[in-house]
Amino acid sequence: MSQPRDHSLQDPPALPPEFGTGPLVRKNSAITEPAWVRWLLIGSALGFLSLFLLLPLASVFTEALRDGWGTYVSALREPDAYSAVKLTLLAAAIAVPLNLVFGVAAAWCIAKFEFRGKQLLISLIDLPFSVSPVVAGLVYVLIFGAHGWAGGWLAEHDIKIIFAVPGIALATIFVTFPFIARELIPLMQEQGTDDEQAALTLGAGGFRTFWRVTLPNIKWGLLYGVLLCNARAFGEFGAVSVVSGHIRGQTNTLPLHIEILYNEYAFAAAFAVASLLAALALVTLALKTFLEWRYADQLAAARRH
Amino acid sequence: MEISIRNVRKTFAAFPALAGVDLDIASGELIALLGPSGSGKTTLLRALAGLEPIDAGQIKFGANDATHLSVQERRVGFVFQHYALFKHMTVEDNIGFGLSVRKGPDKPDKAAIRQRAQELLELVQLSGLGKRYPAQLSGGQKQRVALARALAIEPRVLLLDEPFGALDAKVRKDLRRWLRELHDKTGVTTVFVTHDQEEALELADRVVVMNRGRIEQVGTTAEVYEQPATPFVFDFLGSVNRFRGEVQGGKLKINGLSLNTDSPLSGAVEIYVRPHDLRIVEDSSPGLDARVLSVQRTGPFVRAGAKLAHDGTRVDIELSHLDPLTAALVPGAQLRLLPAIYGLFPPEGGAPLKTLPDVVANAVPEQRGDRARA
Repeated sequence: MSQPRDHSLQDPPALPPEFGTGPLVRKNSAITEPAWVRWLLIGSALGFLSLFLLLPLASVFTEALRDGWGTYVSALREPDAYSAVKLTLLAAAIAVPLNLVFGVAAAWCIAKFEFRGKQLLISLIDLPFSVSPVVAGLVYVLIFGAHGWAGGWLAEHDIKIIFAVPGIALATIFVTFPFIARELIPLMQEQGTDDEQAALTLGAGGFRTFWRVTLPNIKWGLLYGVLLCNARAFGEFGAVSVVSGHIRGQTNTLPLHIEILYNEYAFAAAFAVASLLAALALVTLALKTFLEWRYADQLAAARRH
Repeated sequence: MEISIRNVRKTFAAFPALAGVDLDIASGELIALLGPSGSGKTTLLRALAGLEPIDAGQIKFGANDATHLSVQERRVGFVFQHYALFKHMTVEDNIGFGLSVRKGPDKPDKAAIRQRAQELLELVQLSGLGKRYPAQLSGGQKQRVALARALAIEPRVLLLDEPFGALDAKVRKDLRRWLRELHDKTGVTTVFVTHDQEEALELADRVVVMNRGRIEQVGTTAEVYEQPATPFVFDFLGSVNRFRGEVQGGKLKINGLSLNTDSPLSGAVEIYVRPHDLRIVEDSSPGLDARVLSVQRTGPFVRAGAKLAHDGTRVDIELSHLDPLTAALVPGAQLRLLPAIYGLFPPEGGAPLKTLPDVVANAVPEQRGDRARA
């Protein structure tokens, strides 16, 4: 059997001597602007960023610590604050896994199959992005509230949805629905169905194909989507505000609690709790940046056919 | 495993991708499905694999009806144009995938799977690369891994969808030869799809030429090239000159030229001649007068464009650069041409072809020629 020639394993040919090995010299002055223009542009961009992004963020933390560590810590240890943290985490813990399942299912459906009404489904997934969260909350009140369509039946069976945890979870799910699906659809569309079809021809069933082929292919995108979804679930204000009823210690999430404190002129406490939310956002941002870096690498590898 | 395909039909949103296909493939054969894009060749291949459900017809593997078997049950090896290797798995795990997803007593243990992967890596001449990831391989290497992965499940049939389409010309040629040798060694019935006529003619035992969801001709590589059954096949496999003539009482008449023919056609016909079968003859011999318009040297061939004197049809002539007659090919020169080997078909728009047209015999190379405008 003749040996097929393999060009990939050979070392690249040495560079001819005229390429040299000296330091790179910037020669393309013809396509760059003069120094003062560059510094002006960079400076104004930096100034804008610090004014509108960094300054508010820093002020949250300075305001929170204005009355000293004692006030800061006591504001966080207050029972209402504690229960708000708990409720926020609970709402996220319900909404994120459910949207993980819905999001993957929806993305799978859209990216891997052709069917009637696909465009409609895509638009529906985007609905929470285009509808104001307050409207979303009101819709839930209209359906499940005391005077809503299902209100009577729910009251008869002693099920509380509005002004209770289920309502908050529902509102959070609605608002955060598109994050994971939106993240996955383009990724899965780009990957196509060849890998899955290959797995099928090799004898793998549907579930194994998903578990061993599809999921590893989308894992970074999925994690990224989960992080975004989670960040939004923590921070959701409008829809939750409508359905929560603002019962202290019971149906107040972190954003609602901050608003109440602020309206009561407890600025230091409000900023202290806000700093907690901001810190959560910063952690998410750091994780996201890390994942983007990882994920870009993977995507590049995926494209390197 | 022999395959029999009976009257298979498939329609995509009113577009007939397969319009009644019949084909028998013998066990151990290497078959090429050849055709332009949209001819239905890939659909047929995917239908064989079970990846494309068919609307009507029957597909049999050996004595078993496979029409309604699932992809998994068919146990076919499928190789994709873009390899479809699992990026997150090593080469070894890719090859072992088909065995590792088996269930029950059929499932080999890990050591056996590894052992099999090693054997296959050796077969595709990639020993030692088992621990690499697909992104670390070249295109040709990836395609060989894809082949090893497909062979790992001991497929009844090996199906390849434009297997060399994504590779550069040189690697492609090497891999083609290598695949032929691998096929001779393993003896697995193999069907591959290509739009490259050279690839089909070089690699396959038999070529199936497809057009618009139908099979135009099935035959050995020599048959389809030398005796094209339809104008489409004539045109698709190599280039062709076309001009008009007339058949009357066993004679083919083109302007003043009269040639003996046993064609069953009569009346107006179209004559198909490959550029290298249009011979330059002495001015005193019978033939068609033409004037050379342009001359071009391409690799080992000298190609000339000429115009027939009697009706202005443009024809191409091709000669080896060693042929002394190339001296006659200068723009403006007058030539006398004789179609040495040709096919006769009813003129375009005429009655559909009922009998096989006569084609005498034919020789080798090809180029893309201008279509003659009669």
